[in-house]
Amino acid sequence: MEDGTKGKPRRTWRLIALVAVLTAVATLGVAALLITIFEHKQEARNPFYRVVELQDTTEAPEIWGKNFPMQYDDYLRTVDQERTKYGGSEAMPRTPTQADPRSIVAQSRLEQDPRLKIMWAGYAFSKDFRKKRGHAYMLDDQMYTERQIVTHQSGTCLHCHASIYLPYKKLGDGDLIKGFDKMNQLPYFEARKLVTHPVSCIDCHDPSTMQLRVTRPGFLEGIRAFKASQGIKNYDVNTMATRQEMRAFVCGQCHVEYYFKGPEKRLTYPWAKGIIIDSIMAYYEEIKFKDWVHAETGAEVLKAQHPEFETWSQGIHARSGVACADCHMPYKRVGALKISDHNVRSPMLDINRACQTCHKWSEQELKERVEIIQDRTFRLRNLAMDALIALIEDIKEAKKDGKTDAALAVPRNFQRKAQFYLDFVESENSTGFHAPEESARILGESINFTRMGQVAVRELNIQ
Amino acid sequence: MLSNNNLAILIGVLMGLVIGLGCYTFIYAKGYSYLTDDPSACTNCHVMSQQYSGWIKSSHGSAAKCNDCHTPAGFFGKYTTKASNGFWHSFYFTTGWFPDNIQITDRNIEVAEQACQKCHQDIVEAIDGPHRQGKKTPCIACHKSVGHME
Repeated sequence: MEDGTKGKPRRTWRLIALVAVLTAVATLGVAALLITIFEHKQEARNPFYRVVELQDTTEAPEIWGKNFPMQYDDYLRTVDQERTKYGGSEAMPRTPTQADPRSIVAQSRLEQDPRLKIMWAGYAFSKDFRKKRGHAYMLDDQMYTERQIVTHQSGTCLHCHASIYLPYKKLGDGDLIKGFDKMNQLPYFEARKLVTHPVSCIDCHDPSTMQLRVTRPGFLEGIRAFKASQGIKNYDVNTMATRQEMRAFVCGQCHVEYYFKGPEKRLTYPWAKGIIIDSIMAYYEEIKFKDWVHAETGAEVLKAQHPEFETWSQGIHARSGVACADCHMPYKRVGALKISDHNVRSPMLDINRACQTCHKWSEQELKERVEIIQDRTFRLRNLAMDALIALIEDIKEAKKDGKTDAALAVPRNFQRKAQFYLDFVESENSTGFHAPEESARILGESINFTRMGQVAVRELNIQ
Repeated sequence: MLSNNNLAILIGVLMGLVIGLGCYTFIYAKGYSYLTDDPSACTNCHVMSQQYSGWIKSSHGSAAKCNDCHTPAGFFGKYTTKASNGFWHSFYFTTGWFPDNIQITDRNIEVAEQACQKCHQDIVEAIDGPHRQGKKTPCIACHKSVGHME
């Protein structure tokens, strides 16, 4: 009897312990689920808390960040330096000097490819040209580039290298365009004193509704001229564009081809005939614009500048209605909220969010697809570059042989075209991805201009 | 010393606690809605909003509901699938261990694949044919956007 009663309580306690442990695990799971659902419901109720009142005069991004801490956190992360196969740059250490206090810079493209120095001979870009870094560096990298030392730049540059909306308005006594006109004519370092931040919230967002808006005069006027060429009169981007169009237009405020018009150095986007390269070239030919005279050949040449917007517009993604922000600022989940990632960067660094929303293949497969396009574009770009260098060499020789300016006019014009077409792809920041076939066509055209240039030189030598 | 009665009460209380908390969670999380065929139940959880809006505009928006394609035929298969997905959705939703662009499991792909035949068997039979060797081509390899673009 006694043995039986001793064993029974022990078994009983074991059973209780077992039930208690199982119950505890189940309760833990259910409670965790309950709390998570509760939290997500709370998060979904208030997409943001208005803790400060934002005005059209609030420039500092940290103040906007109080209402939108998640977007602000991501925005701050544009300091990250990470490279992809062809874009971005790892942080390169540098010994700071008095003139340039930067201790970290991006890799020099001129050292990677010395042919660029020949293409840009006589122009400031042949002195210092580096890979791109994040938005956070736009102001510093422009202020400290050696290009500032070899040439005198104007206040126009700040149109895209700073948060410019308020400085323009202040300078123009409340009139954006007046301020723009005034700043274009200031020397760079004088204008530099008027700006404080790199691109900021106010440059793309309306402070009362957070709606996207275009604030930069260059684009306001450029897109109006482009739309006029398509028969749409008095186009006002801020009232006539759709929300999805704005998700590309705000980026197109700066990531475009441009030139400084006349002695006023007025920033102008050469889109009055259209935004494909042939229309842009025709525009420059008509107004006989030149950026500089080539130091080795005497050709009046052009510098293409990061025409991402124009190139994207010719690609399949633009045709399918995919905007810049869809891939460079993809939606992401933060708790129950869906926000767009304000750490603007290469989609290759976030393939799941950027690409897999539409493309159901593995990250590795998608990365390879992109790199195949870029490898091919880069090889073609190298061929076009070798060809151009040969043409420059030929014209140099002809010049040395005493050929007159009149005789050299034709080959020089081919150099001008070959160089601009090549530079249009070279300076574009997707190595062909934004519009693969169009980029290949442009490089093909460039090689053809070079060929015609060399034929023209040969004909001079036969005469 | 515990008598059998006291032990039963204790176990009862412990289990009652879980059941009570469970019921509360079930009601709070609108668990009952998942027993229905109403597609809006799937958007209780916001990660499904994209798929839901995509479905409304898709070619199947007026022809099939979520359950028609994402659960197998028959009462038993349907509710086993719902239970299994319900458990794993709760698990991953609680832990947060899932990618932003959610990905379908192999088992659920198979369910969807079989579901096409519920309505389109005549056509599918002709495609697959009696002489076809090897692996079947999945319907969604070509008809990816019929259910929902996303």
